Amino acid sequence: MGGYGDIQLLRDDGLRLDGRKVDEMREVEIEAGILPAADGSAWVKHGLNIAVCAVYGPMEAHPRKIQRQDRAVIDVRYNMAPFSTSDRIRPGFNRRSREISKVTAEALESVVLVERYPRSKIRVEIEILAAEAGTRCVGLTAAAVALADAGIPMRDMIVGVAAGKIEGTVVLDLDKAEDNYGQADLPMGILPTTGEIAFLQMDGDLSVEEFNTCLEYNMKAAKEIHAIQIDALKRRYEQKMGGGV
Amino acid sequence: MSVSVMGAELRLVAPGEAIGAASGVRAGTGALIQGSEIIATRLGWVQQLNGVLSVDPVNAAYMPRSGDLVIGVVESVRNNLWFADVNGPFNGLLPMSLAPWKVEFGAAREQMDVGDVMLARVQEVDEAHNVVLTMKGVGLRRLKEGVMSKISMNLISRLRGENDQTLRALKEASDCRIIVAENGRVWVDGGPEGTAFMRKVIDLLREQGHMANFSQSLETMMNDAPGGVA
Repeated sequence: MGGYGDIQLLRDDGLRLDGRKVDEMREVEIEAGILPAADGSAWVKHGLNIAVCAVYGPMEAHPRKIQRQDRAVIDVRYNMAPFSTSDRIRPGFNRRSREISKVTAEALESVVLVERYPRSKIRVEIEILAAEAGTRCVGLTAAAVALADAGIPMRDMIVGVAAGKIEGTVVLDLDKAEDNYGQADLPMGILPTTGEIAFLQMDGDLSVEEFNTCLEYNMKAAKEIHAIQIDALKRRYEQKMGGGV
Repeated sequence: MSVSVMGAELRLVAPGEAIGAASGVRAGTGALIQGSEIIATRLGWVQQLNGVLSVDPVNAAYMPRSGDLVIGVVESVRNNLWFADVNGPFNGLLPMSLAPWKVEFGAAREQMDVGDVMLARVQEVDEAHNVVLTMKGVGLRRLKEGVMSKISMNLISRLRGENDQTLRALKEASDCRIIVAENGRVWVDGGPEGTAFMRKVIDLLREQGHMANFSQSLETMMNDAPGGVA
């Protein structure tokens, strides 16, 4: 078992506390283009998590010292709203949000064709309005949709998903109780068409077999979320068809 | 209206989606060869023309190319050059040598100050995306009066129409001078009625520019135009 042996996370019938199967993810809803001022935007509801992402740019990178002569820089700002959790979060950047901003930017750099926009900056603002475990993954999913909505060229979409271990069992998409009292958490950023991994973090211990099961679950979930992302993007223009002249 | 109803050639794709085999065709804008397939890099409609497979994006930032006609807004003035916002990621630079006036060193402000609007052409764009503008050419000038509005890049061709047909009809209907610049800015100069009409047209374009029935809606609007020409 884990460090919190007295907390039961799996029911006697083998299902999880919220009634999900071990390889079942929470419900995901995505809307694209919700913010009129932004070049691209997205709203993602993943279980009880809600994230909003806005993309601005490409624009001239300021200050000049952050400019790269051969590519664009991606400036990600991940932030949790003070009211997103039951304990109020002190507004502003903290160590955690700084870390998540950095890893998200690095994950996005591997899909965005940054070499097309030398000396520029692409601003990605992720705001978590409601948090219930796995917000970095939700933020990444939202950022991909917002970037595509902004018309920024990308090699592929990117999907954030997590798997983990509770009571010695590998499960997909941890909720709050499972994240807090479980044994391991493995968030990943997956390029759904190629199956490449652009982002991976691990909290806790997993054996090789358990890791492989996590990977399998994550890949499966990534395909499902990818379909929802594409649907959201296309739905926005579905009634606006005609194209060309 | 769904994609299939509009015909097979209009397929909406998202980044990463395979749009065809890489053999025999080249990848154009918004497309990339990955292995044996061509994938889309942008959200947009697939187009195949002369053996080039490309994606016409539904939303894109303006990327200046040499020869583009642009409407710029002066952002800052130096002793012998102007910097203009051309609606792209970088400001355009207009040196004194490419301006239509002869002014003394330090007196650039007398011809064009911050906030003034100019009609210019892109002289050149280098690999680091430095944009040089020119105002030497027929019709290139400072725009002293009129109304400027912004439309998204993919609607430019819709406003112009095939061989500028729509634009010509609009000019006649509104009795205004209209310039649709490559950088998504539209300049309208004319009487108050014509300007108000054009404002309505641009609002319609923003709302329904993507739809198949846009031309019909526009025609209905033009029947009620001050010029009265359909």
